[in-house]
Amino acid sequence: MTASAQSTVWGRLGLAALLIVAYGVIPFVGSNYLLDAVLTPFLALALAALGLNLLTGYAGQVSLGSAAFLAVGAYAAYNFNLRLHELPFLASLVAAGLVAAAVGIVFGLPSLRLRGFYLAVSTLAAQFFVQWALTKFGWFSNNNSSGVIDAPPLAVAGFTFSGAVGRYVFSLTVVVVATLFAVRLLRTQVGRNFIALRDHEVAAKVIGVPLLRTKLLAFGVSSFLIGVAGVLWAFAYLRTVEPAGFNLDRSFEILFIIIIGGLASVRGAFVGAAFIVVFPLLLSRLGAALLGSTFDSGVLEMSQRIVIGALIIGFLIAEPRGLIALVDRGTDKVRRRLRRPDPVPVQS
Amino acid sequence: MFDYQFFIEVLVGGLLSGVMYSLVAIGFVLIYKTSGVLNFAQGAMLLFAALTFVSLVERGVPFWLAIAATLAIMVVLGVSVERAVLRPLVNQSPMTLFMATLGLSYVIEGAAQLLWGTQVHGLDLGINDVPFEVGGVLISQFDLFAAAIAGALVTAFALFFRYTRTGLAFRAVADDQFAALAVGLRLSRVWAAVWTAAGIVALVAGLLWGARLGVQFSLSLVVLKALPVLVLGGFDSVAGAIVGGVLISAIEKLAEVYVGPLFGGGIEAWAAYVVALGFLLVRPSGLFGQKLVERV
Repeated sequence: MTASAQSTVWGRLGLAALLIVAYGVIPFVGSNYLLDAVLTPFLALALAALGLNLLTGYAGQVSLGSAAFLAVGAYAAYNFNLRLHELPFLASLVAAGLVAAAVGIVFGLPSLRLRGFYLAVSTLAAQFFVQWALTKFGWFSNNNSSGVIDAPPLAVAGFTFSGAVGRYVFSLTVVVVATLFAVRLLRTQVGRNFIALRDHEVAAKVIGVPLLRTKLLAFGVSSFLIGVAGVLWAFAYLRTVEPAGFNLDRSFEILFIIIIGGLASVRGAFVGAAFIVVFPLLLSRLGAALLGSTFDSGVLEMSQRIVIGALIIGFLIAEPRGLIALVDRGTDKVRRRLRRPDPVPVQS
Repeated sequence: MFDYQFFIEVLVGGLLSGVMYSLVAIGFVLIYKTSGVLNFAQGAMLLFAALTFVSLVERGVPFWLAIAATLAIMVVLGVSVERAVLRPLVNQSPMTLFMATLGLSYVIEGAAQLLWGTQVHGLDLGINDVPFEVGGVLISQFDLFAAAIAGALVTAFALFFRYTRTGLAFRAVADDQFAALAVGLRLSRVWAAVWTAAGIVALVAGLLWGARLGVQFSLSLVVLKALPVLVLGGFDSVAGAIVGGVLISAIEKLAEVYVGPLFGGGIEAWAAYVVALGFLLVRPSGLFGQKLVERV
């Protein structure tokens, strides 16, 4: 067996083990706090980060407007659900993703002319425009004065996913399916076109990559995933959302997830999301233990900003491939130990 | 009947307050020109400078001493940014550097507020903002003052670039980093100097914006006002930053007054971006930006 085939087998085994734990163990032993405040937001953020990673990590188009597409997904699903009663919830979930994809393609149009910083700045237009539109036009939030929407129950084929466990299992299933879709996509011609586009746009054009289609597809698929993540974020995690919750800081958070987790890595999105969700919880515990009452929420927020910022810089300098590279190196070492108890180096 | 008087008043107000945008944008341009980094932390530096100054003054430090102390701190900040962030990232892609400055802006914002607290500080520069009338058009005194300051700053920089050795080094590095290295310029020193210069611009802009809005967290968000200015003017042109700032601000104010009501107002947040974007589709490198030639 070649090394790569072997690592694929290991990867599959690991994935299977993870899924077994995620479906078979966590719903039964996890506390409501763990499910509601840690795992469900983790899943939503991981999916959003995966979407952004397709666009930024694989296709090389930096976007600072991810939160806008989260918001589009959330509000679209809300409206499909509200206005088309006969539409099953799953259908409105997919439709919301498609609406987000359409909006993403519109805001991706400038990418045909612009690249680099100019494009990054133009994605900010999406951020501000969407937030403004959702606050300004009451129709989107069924005329709630501050644009707040309440999530409907997550009902699929007569079964309602309620309670912390139900919402977790629902999110998990959506994320697993969406991730499989993304992984398959990346292995096709489309996925390779993304990478060619990122590595050298002119060269990609020369070898016949359809730039226009590839760019818009990257924006579309990315926004689709982020839109679906927005539905999870709004309906499974928060359950009451307002446009202000989808601000620029949220966009940066998703960007930070993929930088910390690992650009151009599906697993990186998950590792990074886990880090972003767990890290503030750890920091607040640690701060409270070390500093006692002087460590109030203001200090917590500021030190969180400092540490996250420093981590971003640190990762970019020391390990641009992110946490996932560290994880890979760690598991490699363990695997080698397992295979070869006697650590005599073999000449190859 | 179209009210020309009112139109001109809005236009002049917009043009003048655009100078404030330009001030922020100039800090970006300085750094972008010499190191190819879009420094997202410029807003955070602005906040940091203003907050430091105000806190020193509130603790009884005399005005000029506080200015000097803040300047010194900005110099230290510039040098340490070069040392801790830029030097290890030399030769990385511009996008990596941009993301690093994004991280940097979080660090500086957090540090500024951890040090000096999060409350809003008033800042009085001793200019009373009484508008006066010229030919029936009201003009803000403060805006004129800001414009004068910006003018002085730009002149100072122009002279500095033209007549000093450091200025010459700036221009050399901006022109061609590799060639500059080859003739023996110390890139790290030039960058430290540039970041210091950007810190000084941040202090000036921070004081003016702080006097206008109060010194608080949202001050670092003026960076978002500066971005469309940069897009319009081109990232690497000081002239572009000034013209862009004035144009964007005028368009923003006119749009808010004349187009805003059609959408129910509040379009200021994105109008500038849409204008800049529309312009970019016609001219992808901005008004004054250099055209990029790409080779395989």
